[in-house]
Amino acid sequence: MTAITNYFKSLILVELFRGLVLTGKYFFRKKITVQYPEEKTPMSPRFRGLHAQRRYPNGEERCIACKLCEAVCPALAITIDLEERDDGTRRTTRYDIDLTKCIFCGFCEESCPVDAIVETRHFEYHGENRDDLYMTKEKLLAVGDKMEKQIAADRAADAPFR
Amino acid sequence: MIEAIESALDFLPAGLVTLIIIVGKILVLVLPLMGAVAYLTLAERKVIGYMQVRIGPNRVGPRGLLQPIADAVKLMFKETIFPAKANRFLFISGPILTLAPALAAWAVVPFDDGLVISNVDASLLYILAMTSLGVYGVIIAGWASNSKYAFLGALRSAAQIVSYEIAMGFALVGVLVAAGSLNLGEIVEAQRGSLGIINWYMIPLLPLFIVYFIAGVAETNRAPFDVAEGESEIVAGFHVEYSSMTFSIFFLAEYANMILIALLTALMFLGGWLSPLHGVLPASLLEGEGVLALLLGDGIHWLLAKTSFFLFLFLWFRATFPRYRYDQIMRLGWKIFIPITIVWLLVAAAMVVWKIGPWFN
Repeated sequence: MTAITNYFKSLILVELFRGLVLTGKYFFRKKITVQYPEEKTPMSPRFRGLHAQRRYPNGEERCIACKLCEAVCPALAITIDLEERDDGTRRTTRYDIDLTKCIFCGFCEESCPVDAIVETRHFEYHGENRDDLYMTKEKLLAVGDKMEKQIAADRAADAPFR
Repeated sequence: MIEAIESALDFLPAGLVTLIIIVGKILVLVLPLMGAVAYLTLAERKVIGYMQVRIGPNRVGPRGLLQPIADAVKLMFKETIFPAKANRFLFISGPILTLAPALAAWAVVPFDDGLVISNVDASLLYILAMTSLGVYGVIIAGWASNSKYAFLGALRSAAQIVSYEIAMGFALVGVLVAAGSLNLGEIVEAQRGSLGIINWYMIPLLPLFIVYFIAGVAETNRAPFDVAEGESEIVAGFHVEYSSMTFSIFFLAEYANMILIALLTALMFLGGWLSPLHGVLPASLLEGEGVLALLLGDGIHWLLAKTSFFLFLFLWFRATFPRYRYDQIMRLGWKIFIPITIVWLLVAAAMVVWKIGPWFN
């Protein structure tokens, strides 16, 4: 009996019509497209975008060249050289991140004992030359100087969960 | 109007005037058709986008309305690549042989009472012949590409079109039996009656109507019958190796065929240019000269509206149904459509002989 009813059901295309009704309903649904350059989706303070090096309020760079980030980096994107300054502090002479290797995992930020290397919310950048995506210490510090306000605010917002 | 043009040009030799008028007729038909094809591609992307809760193209021009023009310009400026071991002559003939029948079939399509390029008595046969000729282009394209995917696509397309041609032909025979004429204009006029929609052949010939439209979807290689393209298994089927204008000609032909099938379905089963309001509104409202009568009465706008509905169905199907497996396509064509059409052919013939219903008296 069910075989017969099934036969007639498929003959009068019941299931196909159901499918059409479903897509027909979706035709009139509100569209969820985000019109990207004009509209943007909300972003978490934990967003992992372009890297930056931070400074203390007195202008001294935070990084102490402990090389933890270099060690933890799974993509081996970080290269660090260091020196001892006249006042006895360790500082980097070279701190490079190759963004073409970087996988934006955020481990460098996690491992940093002095919150020197951070990943910012900035993700709309590009390079027009090969060197543009090779971030040197100067470039990283420049990004940090430019975005310090937001970086600090994001760290503060995330602090209760750490 | 044609007489006016003839008299305005009578200083030219008679043969030239005829030529000008023929070319003019062709242009009047083909240019809007190409426009319709271009905007059908946009409509397709928009409709499918909407059904997937997206917006679809909206960047080129207001609401994306210039998108087809941008696409056409892009395709025209691309390079036509000839595969190294392809047969050049056949490789170029493929798209031409696909497009030519797709356009030639339009010669006998009436758009309104008497509004037809060539009023042929066997127009139904002519259309059947032209639409089935299109498959040669596909086969030649698949063969000339010298690529296994193209070849497989061509084989599938050939088998599929041959199978559905039969069901389609039988469905058309049903219309022929009902209308008693092979002339498309007379078929439409045979559906005229005091009851409006009830008089259209989609009621007495409902199974044939459905079979015809589904077979039409299969004939044009559209989803869910697009195994000839089957991008998941054979990349793009018969046109993998084609690029730029040769590729876009396949697309022009496919969409021109879609419009043709939609238009023919409207003509043969939905009363063509006949107004659906016969029998609903008093006849005095539908006839005469006023704007209201023009709008509500018979006219080309009803035909275009019905065609647009079927074109929307094409897009709706594509947004809804997954592709049939190849053996399922063959089963549907041979074991379901052909028996249904044969049975209903007998039913239709019986209805005609015994003058059943409001349709056949």
